[in-house]
Amino acid sequence: MSALIFSLFIFVLACFIGFELISKVPPTLHTPLMSGANAISGITIVGALIVAGSVGGALGQWLGFAAIVFATINVVGGFMVTDRMLEMFKKKGDDK
Amino acid sequence: MSQFLPDYILAWLPDTIQIIYLIATAFFIRGLKLLNSPNTARKGNMLAAIGMLIGVVVTLFDQHIVSFEFIIAGIVVGSLIGTIAAKKVAMTAMPEMVAIFNGFGGGASALVAWGELARTPDVAMFDSAALVTLGLSIFIGSLTFTGSFIAFGKLKGFISGNAITFPGLNFINIGSMIGVLVLVGMFTIDPANDTFFWIILGVSLLIGITSVIPIGGADMPVVISLLNSYSGLAASMAGFALNNNLLIVSGALVGAAGLILTNIMCKAMNRSLANVIFGSFGGDDGAGGSAGAGGDRTVRETSAEDLAIQIAYASKVVIVPGYGLAVAQAQHVVKEVASKLEAKGVQVKYGVHPVAGRMPGHMNVLLAEADVPYDLLYDMDQINPEFGTTDVVLIIGANDVVNPIAKTDPGSPIYGMPILNVDEAKRTVVFKRSLNVGYAGIDNPLFYAEKNQMFFGDAKKSLQALNEALNSV
Repeated sequence: MSALIFSLFIFVLACFIGFELISKVPPTLHTPLMSGANAISGITIVGALIVAGSVGGALGQWLGFAAIVFATINVVGGFMVTDRMLEMFKKKGDDK
Repeated sequence: MSQFLPDYILAWLPDTIQIIYLIATAFFIRGLKLLNSPNTARKGNMLAAIGMLIGVVVTLFDQHIVSFEFIIAGIVVGSLIGTIAAKKVAMTAMPEMVAIFNGFGGGASALVAWGELARTPDVAMFDSAALVTLGLSIFIGSLTFTGSFIAFGKLKGFISGNAITFPGLNFINIGSMIGVLVLVGMFTIDPANDTFFWIILGVSLLIGITSVIPIGGADMPVVISLLNSYSGLAASMAGFALNNNLLIVSGALVGAAGLILTNIMCKAMNRSLANVIFGSFGGDDGAGGSAGAGGDRTVRETSAEDLAIQIAYASKVVIVPGYGLAVAQAQHVVKEVASKLEAKGVQVKYGVHPVAGRMPGHMNVLLAEADVPYDLLYDMDQINPEFGTTDVVLIIGANDVVNPIAKTDPGSPIYGMPILNVDEAKRTVVFKRSLNVGYAGIDNPLFYAEKNQMFFGDAKKSLQALNEALNSV
């Protein structure tokens, strides 16, 4: 049970960090922020790797494979599209 | 890959992986921090991506991972699809893209939890904490998956943007959610019983559909933000189950981000989250006041030549873009008009309402794509005090966000919604096809105001005409 409590501590503290970090983001950046955060939520790929790479029957591996495909789309697509958007943000005079 | 390592390193491996996870977490936090400013945002996104790469690479050394066929195949397929999608998507379709990526993220978390159950030979090996979080991960992940696809369909127009609902649907949804939570409890007590697992999975997938279907198209920005939060939460829950701090922390960060954006969007529409989720607002049934109040009101029309003279000799012009501008693909013409005015010494600013696009900050991206410098974009709180000193406000493709009824008519569905106070300016000009009601289905008295002029026609054609006319002023 203590492991759960420990994890819960980490979870709650991370939530607070998240609130602090994001509440100051200006409205101009809300869309890139959302797609960037979205890409970070693809971190579940780490879990998918373990499920897909361990021996535990065909079903487990296939589920892991599907999870990796989904998570990779989320991660790769998310970071790339965020970069594409942020690339366009220019200050006055920057583009000349 | 741990099998290639010598024994003396192997002994340190689990701790080393954890330490590197901590470093990856630091990259995420630093990356999100840098996303706070347009100057550093690109670097922030890059840092977060590096953090992700670090997390993935170090996980490959995990001692549980012994075969790589599925991993390599999965990463190749996923990267290919992700890259193509990210390169091809139009900026106007960004909300759909985010919705669908979100769905994949949530779906992945549910699959991880399911796979974790499937790969473990005996469910008795899980403690109850792991079982609860596995169940929750499947619940939240699955509903995020289907919910995101419904949101995608609504934004794309495959599914009616109207609020599709029937009496009692809310009760069914709330009831099923409580039911699933109870089932997660029963699954924890008796994990050997497959039935609980299958019902949790099936009902969660259904809840995603039935809870997003009744929400109107106008509220999709809130739904996407909320689903974004859920996808983070699902990753966190999977982290609890797998005892993986990297997942817990990253998921929590995303969960918090989504919740903050949800809150911002709700505030911008003056609605509570509960009202958005259960209110079935927008679309056909919301059109109560659309008939208008009497037909003796007159509107004043303007032409390209007339307007060109007005704005060319103004000292300050504010452009208020709405989603209609993006639909008409007129961002670039707006930018041309603005450049010409600036060349004539007119001060030009853009006033962007938080719900101007189809997701938070969407309009800013669309204008950035048209090379509008971000320091000319002002959000509602910054631009509102400036309307008093503005000569002409050009309202293009926006309607509800400038509707004074939100301030004056307590009976209106949008009453209390913060709006751009364009009526304080000396002159307003509305670019519009006709006098039709806006997205929320509410009549707009601004059109008939003394100081207002209407410029009827397609936004892009009107702006092109204006752009031409400016040449001869």
